[in-house]
Amino acid sequence: MHRWIGGGPSDRRAILSELGKDSIDQLFETIPAGVRAGDLDLPAPMDETTLLTRLEGLAAENVSLDVMPSFLGAGVYRHVEPAVVDAVLQRAEFFTSYTPYQPEISQGTLQAIFEYQTIISRLAGLDVANASLYDGATAVVEAALMAHRVLKGTRNRVVVSEAVHPMYRRVLATYTSALGIEVVTVPAGEDGRSDAQRLADAAGDEACCIVVQSPNFLGAVEDLSAVAGAAHGRGALAVHVVAEAASLGILKGGGAHGFDIVCGEAQAFGIPAGFGGPHLGFFATRTKLVRQMPGRLVGQTVDAEGQRAFCLTLATREQHIRRAKATSNICSNHGLMLLAAVVWLELLGGKGLAELARANLARAEDLKRQIRALGGGWKLAYPDTPTFNEFLVLGPANGTKLQQALLDRGVLGGVPSRLWGGSWPDGLLVAVTERTTKDDVAALIDAMEKIS
Amino acid sequence: MRRRPLRNERLIFEHNRERRARGRYELPPLDVPAVDAGSVLPEEQVREPLADLPDLGELDVVQHFHRLSQMNFAVDEGLYPLGSCTMKYNPRVNEVAARLGGFTALHPLQPASQVQGALRVMWELDQVLKTITGMDGVTLQPAAGAHGELAGMLMIRKALEARGEHREEVLIPDSAHGTNPASATFAGFEAVEIASGPDGTVDMEALDRMMTDRVAGIMLTVPNTLGVFEPRIVEIAELVHGRGGLVYMDGANLNAFLGKALPGAMGADALHINLHKTFSTPHGGGGPGAGAVAVSRGLVPHLPVPRVIRDGDAFEILWDDPASIGPMRGFYANFLILVRALTYIWGLGAEGLAETAEVAVLYANLVRHRLTSAYHLEYDAPSLHEVVFDDAFQRAHGVTNVDISKRLLDYGFHPPTMSFPLIVHGALMIEPTESPAPEEVEAFCEAMLAIAREAEESPELLHEAPHETPVRRVDEVEAARHPTLRWEPSEKS
Repeated sequence: MHRWIGGGPSDRRAILSELGKDSIDQLFETIPAGVRAGDLDLPAPMDETTLLTRLEGLAAENVSLDVMPSFLGAGVYRHVEPAVVDAVLQRAEFFTSYTPYQPEISQGTLQAIFEYQTIISRLAGLDVANASLYDGATAVVEAALMAHRVLKGTRNRVVVSEAVHPMYRRVLATYTSALGIEVVTVPAGEDGRSDAQRLADAAGDEACCIVVQSPNFLGAVEDLSAVAGAAHGRGALAVHVVAEAASLGILKGGGAHGFDIVCGEAQAFGIPAGFGGPHLGFFATRTKLVRQMPGRLVGQTVDAEGQRAFCLTLATREQHIRRAKATSNICSNHGLMLLAAVVWLELLGGKGLAELARANLARAEDLKRQIRALGGGWKLAYPDTPTFNEFLVLGPANGTKLQQALLDRGVLGGVPSRLWGGSWPDGLLVAVTERTTKDDVAALIDAMEKIS
Repeated sequence: MRRRPLRNERLIFEHNRERRARGRYELPPLDVPAVDAGSVLPEEQVREPLADLPDLGELDVVQHFHRLSQMNFAVDEGLYPLGSCTMKYNPRVNEVAARLGGFTALHPLQPASQVQGALRVMWELDQVLKTITGMDGVTLQPAAGAHGELAGMLMIRKALEARGEHREEVLIPDSAHGTNPASATFAGFEAVEIASGPDGTVDMEALDRMMTDRVAGIMLTVPNTLGVFEPRIVEIAELVHGRGGLVYMDGANLNAFLGKALPGAMGADALHINLHKTFSTPHGGGGPGAGAVAVSRGLVPHLPVPRVIRDGDAFEILWDDPASIGPMRGFYANFLILVRALTYIWGLGAEGLAETAEVAVLYANLVRHRLTSAYHLEYDAPSLHEVVFDDAFQRAHGVTNVDISKRLLDYGFHPPTMSFPLIVHGALMIEPTESPAPEEVEAFCEAMLAIAREAEESPELLHEAPHETPVRRVDEVEAARHPTLRWEPSEKS
């Protein structure tokens, strides 16, 4: 009789007798003897106190970001975490409900999604956003596959800037290799930014899309208008990837520069680093392309009494209707993470988001200034390139060694830029946020001085 | 959920309509010089703040979401017998464990020396899932069941390639969930439907005929979406393996035989496990879930990277392996979901796992027994954890499965699954799970019986249902005909 399982022995005997069975085993008679499990080699059941002590022990083996200054970014950023966000997420009405297939009893979830779609589409500079994907990496995949569909599969090449997060590009390769779609990677220029002409050359007449990230993996803000022009000049769609969504508080989304798809990672909006997940994939596009869009969508409609109501819509794109011809195989998405994002965004408001982004920019510029002044082999890899809250720093050793040397001095100084390879210089990607303090920066600069 | 909201909740954009400046969430003080954005960023890229999102006080936002929450039904409210979704209780201790600072405030790129506890969580879950499935390897990467299906099918593709074979087709029963054919397609295969036999299980003659050297394998849900165990599962796997194919098993229904049977012994080569179904992690209004995949020995080399590797008492992350299909997503997994699943499995232990399946199956059979006289059962093979009725009796009165489901809302229960299996017209797929007390399951049955009577006596009551919900029946056709997918400032509703 386990506490998470309903009823007790006499309840079960009563049900068995109603069913005309002598034992529960009789209900499993259709399972052939040869596939039955014996006693599983697992620990005995645990009471809640013992269980939690064990989990707390495992958590305590980790070094939390709360105890050490951290400049880690590379796709995961530690922004403010208002108490309200988790309080909303802990409401059982939100976290113990399913995908809102029954709109009459899911208006809470549906309206939250509709508000999220509105905000994300505005930030992206596009018309419509979906109700989330898994993460930034899979959002990039879905964008490339959507572009492939939009161009009816006649253009079999995806052109991607090398300065798109290497992890995203690897995931893209996992998917495209099975589908026979060619991926051409174009290195960034000497300034850490993608070269629109080289992207266009790589596209030729065979690309379905050109994909750039901005701010890119190296922290550089790309020349988005030039890239969109290059893509459209070659008859391809333009895809703007955002790995640090807080940048959208100060930088226009790609839609404003002519991009057809803006997608990426929205972990920045109130979702904990959580050792890499669950995070939040976002995806926005133009109205005219919505029928090729992956993922769920919520639309506004009315109920039988004419009251405003919301429901899932345009489901004919999806696997449960279209099966093998669906625009994606996605079913469960990252709904609760979307809720975290929409609560976070609404709590900050438009002005708060802008203020947060400006704080990131100011802290990054301040740290860049201090690093410029350091000497001892420390310098910015791209001193004249515009950045948001992350940038590539070169030092007296390679990135891996620099990371370890800073760690020895009590600072998580950044992510080695060649962790996943790359044709760029070998240094550290250093990220700040509005949570970075003066003391954190002093600790980093102090440690850097000692390593020169 | 409130039957009728106290007040309709406006969209957030309709609050503070005059956009007055007000106190809002405060950021840490900026103690460095402010920067003129236009001087350090390309000027044409700098944006203005979003005018649509007003300044709101903290209570305004809290009340907004509180009121929205009151328009939702949830597992904590009452029986949620959505077939194939396994809407069981989400233990609260899971939530506490997943919120420990040593798990949440952890960057995925911290050095391995700082994250040994997190790597151990993944390694431990990996071990228990191998034990529970009787299989040889596990990946925890996939973010959902469909994502796990795709990972499994990509591994199958890779294994065939490693043998120098190229096979284009995958057989999928017509009873399958829609993600199966979609996942096969995204793995580069052609999904070929195989018709079910008269009892709803796999037709062996059809399988024998269709399983050619063009076929990479079969995707099979066990028990199938009718809640029926494939009695010839071992023969099916032997036939497929004998012709050089592989067996993909959809583990969405694992709750039916947890601790009772081993997919490894059934001949599965890849099996995804929905941690958000069988292992109690919350559905979150549509995720995040986690779709771990267990594999047979032949697929182990092809598991996704990065992987957690154990070296003595220390754990490391392996980022590269040429035999791997590569990464399926960013970083390692939906880690905080994994913490919840491990907490649940450790809480249950082996005995609790078996008891889970026993009571889940017992309850499904109770529902079947109680409702058999009132609802039509197309396939009468023995049920495991779920039972699929349909609306054939009620259609005589012009009442459909949708009407029945909407009326069920008035009785305070979530409706069954209706969108599949496609082989049952007007399906009502009911999965009570093991969590509730028997009285709750019985109350649901009483409601279903009352609705069957209403269908005969006053069908208009059902056509117009629901009557007692925060909104009345929602016009989904209108939503699709004139898509309004975001709020526009011009709408002053």
